[in-house]
Amino acid sequence: MRLRLVPQETNFDFFKYAKVTFGASIVAMIASIAIWLMVGLNFGIDFLGGTTIRTDATVEVDVAEYRSALDGLDLGDVVISRVFDPNFDEDQYVVTVRIQAQEGVEAVTPETIEAIETALLANVDSEMTFPSVESVGPKVSGELIQTAIIAVLASLGAILVYIWLRFEWQFSVGAVAALIHDVILTIGIFSLFQIRFDLATIAALLTIVGYSINDTVVIFDRLRENLIKYKQRALRDVMNLSANETLSRTLMTSGTTALALIALLVLGGDVIRGFVFAILWGVIVGTYSSIYVAKNVVLMLGVKRDWSKPSDGGGASGTQFANVDA
Amino acid sequence: MLQIPLWNRLFILLVLLAGLTFAFPNFFYERVERHNDAVAEMEREGIETDELLAEQALWPDALPATLVNLGLDLRGGAHLLAEVQVEDVYVARMDALWPEVRDALREVRDTVGTIRRIDADPGLLQVRISQPEGMSAAVAAVRELGQPVVSLTGGIGESTLDVSGSGDILTVRLSEAEQQATNDRTMQQSIEIVRRRVDEAGTREPTIQRQGQDRILIQVPGIGSAQELKDLIGTTARLTFHPVVGRAGSADEQVESRQIVLPSIDPDDQGTFYILEQTPVVTGDDLVDSQPSFDQQSGLPVVTFRFNPTGARAFGEYTAANVGAPFAIVLDEEVISAPVIRQAITGGAGQISGNFTVESSTELAILLRAGALPAEMTFLEERTIGPELGADSIEAGQIAALVAFAAVLVFMILSYGTFGIFASIALVLNVGMIFGVLSLIGATLTLPGIAGIVLTIGMAVDANVLVFERIREELKTARGPARAIELGYERALSAIIDANITTFIIATILFVLGSGPVRGFSVTLGIGIVTSVFTAIYVTRLLIIFWFERRRPKTIEV
Repeated sequence: MRLRLVPQETNFDFFKYAKVTFGASIVAMIASIAIWLMVGLNFGIDFLGGTTIRTDATVEVDVAEYRSALDGLDLGDVVISRVFDPNFDEDQYVVTVRIQAQEGVEAVTPETIEAIETALLANVDSEMTFPSVESVGPKVSGELIQTAIIAVLASLGAILVYIWLRFEWQFSVGAVAALIHDVILTIGIFSLFQIRFDLATIAALLTIVGYSINDTVVIFDRLRENLIKYKQRALRDVMNLSANETLSRTLMTSGTTALALIALLVLGGDVIRGFVFAILWGVIVGTYSSIYVAKNVVLMLGVKRDWSKPSDGGGASGTQFANVDA
Repeated sequence: MLQIPLWNRLFILLVLLAGLTFAFPNFFYERVERHNDAVAEMEREGIETDELLAEQALWPDALPATLVNLGLDLRGGAHLLAEVQVEDVYVARMDALWPEVRDALREVRDTVGTIRRIDADPGLLQVRISQPEGMSAAVAAVRELGQPVVSLTGGIGESTLDVSGSGDILTVRLSEAEQQATNDRTMQQSIEIVRRRVDEAGTREPTIQRQGQDRILIQVPGIGSAQELKDLIGTTARLTFHPVVGRAGSADEQVESRQIVLPSIDPDDQGTFYILEQTPVVTGDDLVDSQPSFDQQSGLPVVTFRFNPTGARAFGEYTAANVGAPFAIVLDEEVISAPVIRQAITGGAGQISGNFTVESSTELAILLRAGALPAEMTFLEERTIGPELGADSIEAGQIAALVAFAAVLVFMILSYGTFGIFASIALVLNVGMIFGVLSLIGATLTLPGIAGIVLTIGMAVDANVLVFERIREELKTARGPARAIELGYERALSAIIDANITTFIIATILFVLGSGPVRGFSVTLGIGIVTSVFTAIYVTRLLIIFWFERRRPKTIEV
């Protein structure tokens, strides 16, 4: 007896509730942007500049005490947060202390870090250790933001071009719309739960883009094949057929990937938890958007039906690489 | 039909075997690492001690000893991003140029009149001439001093100097091309000296890279803190020996031209300032060796040094001519000590005594051996990761990877039966291949890199899933199982290729734009894509063919 995530033959009409699903996606995107604008992202020092100190204490101490220990140092904005992880020992209490970039200091001041460490050792726990100290100057953080934005735009652009060359421009618009959907929803959930947003999150965003496009492309590939096979059937039906045929694969792959990621999320330690969470979330919304966003956009734009000839006019470069199989 | 030529089969098996061979030493990470360290040390030092030989014997020489480098976040260590103040060098160049400019203008004194250097922005040399009508002659004379730029990147034939005159002021600066060439030289020198200093300190596998125009990325595994690293590489360490003119009460004391006032850092001598001749007798450039040591009489830590022949001669001549006079040993604009010359020092060797501890004398000796930095550095980014945190991360990553692995295997076997077993074998081989390639190219594994591998475990089965689903479909229509398998592979190929190329594009972008851990992630992701396509398309296919040829099943269930 085989494990089947979906029955052998499915015949779902993925457009039956198109208004609801597509509408939900749009609402979710708008909500994400609204939360992002109102609450804002919880940027890490990579983008804000400043210093993060990870402290490892042997006694449980209220976060307020950390705060009062550091009060006298005139550090500006200080964020203190407890870290929990199943891998920690019983008497291991980890806290991260984040301070903003100090006024008018381009480089990093070791004196500040030393002052913080001394204050915590004196007032909180004399056996405290500092497993990691990271500082980023404001000059670098500004550049990192810029690089991050370029990275996201460059990958979207590259995919737009690649899908356009391999399929049709409508497909690439649909694929990129799905990707933007995924990226915005991820930013939304990071704003909502105030998960730290740093360079690793950008890497996660790009991975989501890569994963989601993977899913979308598999469906598109089948769609193209079926469009050639069933020249007379309505586009909507061919799309449904393609989505149903690939549904088992879509869910299998998402399933195995999600399984692996959940293991990492639970057991992989707190250092990369945010990173893994972003990717896991991306796998979920990415799978959804491949089925419910990308196709809908292509359906709205329409697509040529005669695949025996190269496309005309505007899409001159449309399918010239469509048969490249290497 | 369902066939792969024999030489293709051999090739696939050979690639697999090679990948696994290079991955294999990673199972014995610590032993192999100690072996490698011992071998490297024996090669470097040219000596074989019993201890080193014992370490070497931990791993047989005949076996490959390739290892994955562990990133800073896994091994612990310090990371610094330094910005070299390349403009410092322009200032030094202009100062050095001034005597030449002065001499050149004196030769045309009749047309330009008297000259005087005036204060200008850093990197500029400005001269006021008393006869503005002679400006064109002055500009021409100074331009003569320029030389064609020597550089690999364009600007060939351009002059090193950019000379202009306005009113009665003549301005000299380095030309754009020369600035570029100077920057490149400064960066190369800085990197070289940083590397020497880090190497002198004896740390393992440091990463020292130029980033962008004027930055250096320095990563040193195993060092206690970024501060320690900064102490080692952050000081310019320019050592000079100057004749002492006298003492001064404050730093602002008026002195004659070509004289400088510098503070003393000797605590016995606190608040003292020395008036020194600006031109040093000898500089640290002429040092060939420097070691920490102890003074034979007082037993206090000192730093010994030895000059090269040029330095030894200059130092010998000066000390012979000035017995009884004090001279100052200056490090980075501070006087370490100002002893009186008791006798001529002709051997070219000497010692610096100051207020040293054993640590500070060792540090200074390292700095002096490695040479001075051409320009100052400021630090834009620094990260210290403790070794325990790294070890915890590795452990957590390993457990998570194993659990992920097991879960995916069970899931695949439940879903695809026999074929699921083939896919599982391919998956195990795939992870082996990833480690093999990582070890072979000496890539660095970071914590996000481990996440990349776990993600690959999840995604690697995708290609197999595509093929198996396709085979299921083809079974409904195709003539016999062999044909279905063949068609399954054939028709799934285009989707596999498209899906993986797009992910590979992302990995490439991450690699180009990312740094540190993110780059580590892109490397494992990219390698994972290549190896998973290889194992999914070739290895499982080969496994299925082997199985099919033995069993010759009439029907198959996928």
